[in-house]
Amino acid sequence: MRLTQSFLSNISVRNVSKSTTVHAVLLAYTVIALFPILIVIVNSFKDRKGIFRDPLALPTSDTFSMVGFEQVLLRSDFGLFAWNSIIVTVLAVGLVLLLGAMAAWALTEYRFRTNLLITFLFAMGIMIPIRLGTVSILRLMVELNLVNTLTSLVLVYIAQGLPLAVYILSEFVRTIPKELVEAARCDAVSEYRIFFSIILPLLKPAMATVAVFTMIPIWNDLWFPLILAPSEETRTITLGVQQFVGQYVTNWTSVLAALTMAIVPVLILYTIFSRQLIRGLTSGAVK
Amino acid sequence: MLKVRSALPHKTLTCLAALMLAGTASASNTLYVESWRSDDANIWSDTIIPAFNKHYPDIKLQFAPTPPTDYNSALQAKLQAGSAGDIITCRPFDASLQLFKSGYLESLNGLEGLNDFSDVAKSAWVTDDGSEQFCLPMASVIHGFIYNKEIFEELNLSVPNTQKEFFDTLATIKSESRYTPLDMGTADQWEAATMGFQNIGPNFWKGETGRKGLIDGSAKLTDQPYVDTWKELAKWKPYLGRGFEAQKYSDSQNLFTLGRAAIYPAGSWDIQTFNNQADFEFGAFKPPVLKEGDTCYISDHTDIGIGINAASKNKEAAKIFLNWMASAEFGALFANAVPGFFPLSNHTIAIKDPVAKEFISWRSQCESTIRNSYQILSRGTPNLENQLWNVSAQVINGTMTPEEAASETQKGLEQWYAPQQ
Amino acid sequence: MSSSIQPEEKKPFPWHLIVFLGPGLLIYVTFSVYPLLDTLILSLYQEQSGESYFVGLENFVTLVTDENWSSAFWNALSNNFQFFAFHMLLQNPIGLILAVLLSSPKLRLAGTYRTLIFMPTMLSVVIIGFVWQLILSPIWGISEEFLYNIGLGQFFDAWLGKEGSALVTLSFISVWQFVGIPMMLIYATLLNIPDDIIDASTVDGANAFQTFLYIKLPLILPTIAMVSILTFVANFNAFELIYAVKGALAGPNFSTDLLGTFFYRTFFGFQLQQGSSTMGAAVATLMFLIILVGVMLFLFFVQRRIQRFQF
Repeated sequence: MRLTQSFLSNISVRNVSKSTTVHAVLLAYTVIALFPILIVIVNSFKDRKGIFRDPLALPTSDTFSMVGFEQVLLRSDFGLFAWNSIIVTVLAVGLVLLLGAMAAWALTEYRFRTNLLITFLFAMGIMIPIRLGTVSILRLMVELNLVNTLTSLVLVYIAQGLPLAVYILSEFVRTIPKELVEAARCDAVSEYRIFFSIILPLLKPAMATVAVFTMIPIWNDLWFPLILAPSEETRTITLGVQQFVGQYVTNWTSVLAALTMAIVPVLILYTIFSRQLIRGLTSGAVK
Repeated sequence: MLKVRSALPHKTLTCLAALMLAGTASASNTLYVESWRSDDANIWSDTIIPAFNKHYPDIKLQFAPTPPTDYNSALQAKLQAGSAGDIITCRPFDASLQLFKSGYLESLNGLEGLNDFSDVAKSAWVTDDGSEQFCLPMASVIHGFIYNKEIFEELNLSVPNTQKEFFDTLATIKSESRYTPLDMGTADQWEAATMGFQNIGPNFWKGETGRKGLIDGSAKLTDQPYVDTWKELAKWKPYLGRGFEAQKYSDSQNLFTLGRAAIYPAGSWDIQTFNNQADFEFGAFKPPVLKEGDTCYISDHTDIGIGINAASKNKEAAKIFLNWMASAEFGALFANAVPGFFPLSNHTIAIKDPVAKEFISWRSQCESTIRNSYQILSRGTPNLENQLWNVSAQVINGTMTPEEAASETQKGLEQWYAPQQ
Repeated sequence: MSSSIQPEEKKPFPWHLIVFLGPGLLIYVTFSVYPLLDTLILSLYQEQSGESYFVGLENFVTLVTDENWSSAFWNALSNNFQFFAFHMLLQNPIGLILAVLLSSPKLRLAGTYRTLIFMPTMLSVVIIGFVWQLILSPIWGISEEFLYNIGLGQFFDAWLGKEGSALVTLSFISVWQFVGIPMMLIYATLLNIPDDIIDASTVDGANAFQTFLYIKLPLILPTIAMVSILTFVANFNAFELIYAVKGALAGPNFSTDLLGTFFYRTFFGFQLQQGSSTMGAAVATLMFLIILVGVMLFLFFVQRRIQRFQF
């Protein structure tokens, strides 16, 4: 916005044609990005013959059909699955952000003996997929009596998301001017207040980035819901869709409807989140 | 103070707590059934479980399927961790044998229901020395070809009996119509091995004779019958659909049920899907023999068994359920609810579905065998079954010759299997 | 460092350290470090009929020398490098271009573009895999018809099914899905470049391209470096897309096999192949080492040079 104002006086014909090119490129790529998604959504409103005869056509009065959605709603509890996914994702991402920010701050700000070891430990986590530890994780969850609970998923996803959060947030913490913190310490402000009222607000833009990175794999994960919480009551939407697709693989009206219904919550979640992400990116940026 | 607002609304927390309770408070006298047959979920909940509860109202059952591709790995992880269900659906032969050896499956010796099955039916789930039975046979599947009757009528074709007739039929369809003559793809690889190699092969290697020959080392995969099987498969290529290399199993099913393909190399389990989706009549024919009058051989593969988790706390209830599954009542229920899965028990069971009836009628006309890679031969590294998928798909794709396929699989077997060395 | 807190300085016990670090570390160690260590240690064992015994590095020797294992391993590794190269050559440059365009001053609808282009990244591979197979399938004709309409019909082929093109096609799909990540990260950095720096260069008469090359690019190099590391790590852990589209056997003829699918087959088994947790652990350990070495090399050669440009 501020850029806009500072350049307002500079508008010229050249800029206009340049901005047309920019729009053309961005528009073209947007089409590439959305085309496959639209194919799914459009075809989910068609009947079987309509899908196969001309997959690119919009539904007509002849081919329009909601039978896929009816079947999906009749045969599986999509509302519950979506709700489960939202709870798990929101809790896990929220906790990754909070715990990750605290850990990143502690590791970059304070010097203590095990600092390097712990930093190294977190860095390792970025490199090894947690899936490799599945059997031990499951055994642990059985002992803790957490199998088939959303808690087990939240715990694993926190462990999965923390390393990258700590890595990215540490990078940002380093860019925070030392004087800010020193000044506060001189005023005898407690370490907790320094973190929560000075550091955390400054980390906002980085946290938005981390949130996106953490959220995507959690929302889309198939593996841990399958192993840790496959029961009907705790099934997440990705697992629900996968099982539905597996069960009705030849019934494309239902499959496409199920996929559409899996896409919609993501779009809503992202649209809400996107605004926050942008606010985080543009306001209070560290310069 | 806390600036990370929005992350933890109260409502979410209470809801989560409620869900946790729901998860841990699972009723202890419910039997959970692990299965890869997610297609059958409705049949279990609407037919099988109510029928069982009529006799035993106190035993609750919950069918908990995992998609077929994830079943083995998910089950293994759950068994290792101790979170698997009480009743385990058993893959045939070594996959289940391994589970039994690791102590995850209960021995079923002495189970009354086992008396209703022949030794052949039980052979897929006993230890090598025959001393321990660990799963109860449930159903077998038969290979053959399903064809679109309307297309056959339109083109005035009759069902082929010999291999020559088979290819003549394909040639006619190809030249005189726009239908895809032979409806199979190689994208998923397993169809090439299962619906291709194991479907037509028994006629070449004389069923059990050839299969047992591989096991005792008297036959080799480089022998003529096997090479000929791949040669026959290689001849399929011109009759497959355009771009069959990227055609998935579900594509093949859709192509057939939309009436765009004439002949579909099938497993009997496809009948159920086709009944639901095809709006034309279809029939089935058995794998064609070399010349008229030859003995025919079919793959009548023991595919599903059912066992008990050794760590189950409800073994007595589980045994009651297994005994019921051995009854004629269950056999009839299952065979007719899921046409194409054929009962293995000694009871006489009337099958109503016409196409399924056709398939099972071959049992009396032909010699039965099972897939030759399943017993013992896929125990080592490299894995014979995986190799068969790979080479059969390549033979059909034309990227490998039948001879190469034979020598590669034989070489694999020789590396670890003593009778072949 | 005046902020250092050390016990020997006789300061009070640093409770705040425990509070800040404790909860995260506890969860991380319990549910990630411990299970992973458990797995890595397994790679030094072998199991026979329920008994496990220590064999040292034998599993690794088998993995890289025994023909049965090594050919699959080297094949997966080489495919993985191609997969990574493809992402570096395509995903990150496209991401960069999109980010630069998005950040152009007074661009209307920038927010809408950004949201829409990022959308594929949010979707699960279950959806992505299904829709791309549908689009590329020769049977349903979507892409064939499209190519035909623009006059390129003769180039159509069953790309996902051919040995020569399957991996490239899958790489394209993966790039399509994840291009949003480099775009977002670079875009965020571009937005944070102080206005006065850009103003100054414009006043000095630099055109947009020169401004980008001499002012912006050096400033976003650290971000590009970070993106590259993330791409490397993500690509060498990739599994889901291949598994969803081609299955664990990664056909045709293992041409799409990556280390992730190789690990899956080895660890959990496949169809009649028995899973081996010890061999699987060995594959996992090798994957880990490859990634570790890659990241180290990267940090050593690339990151150090870039630091010089930083303020």
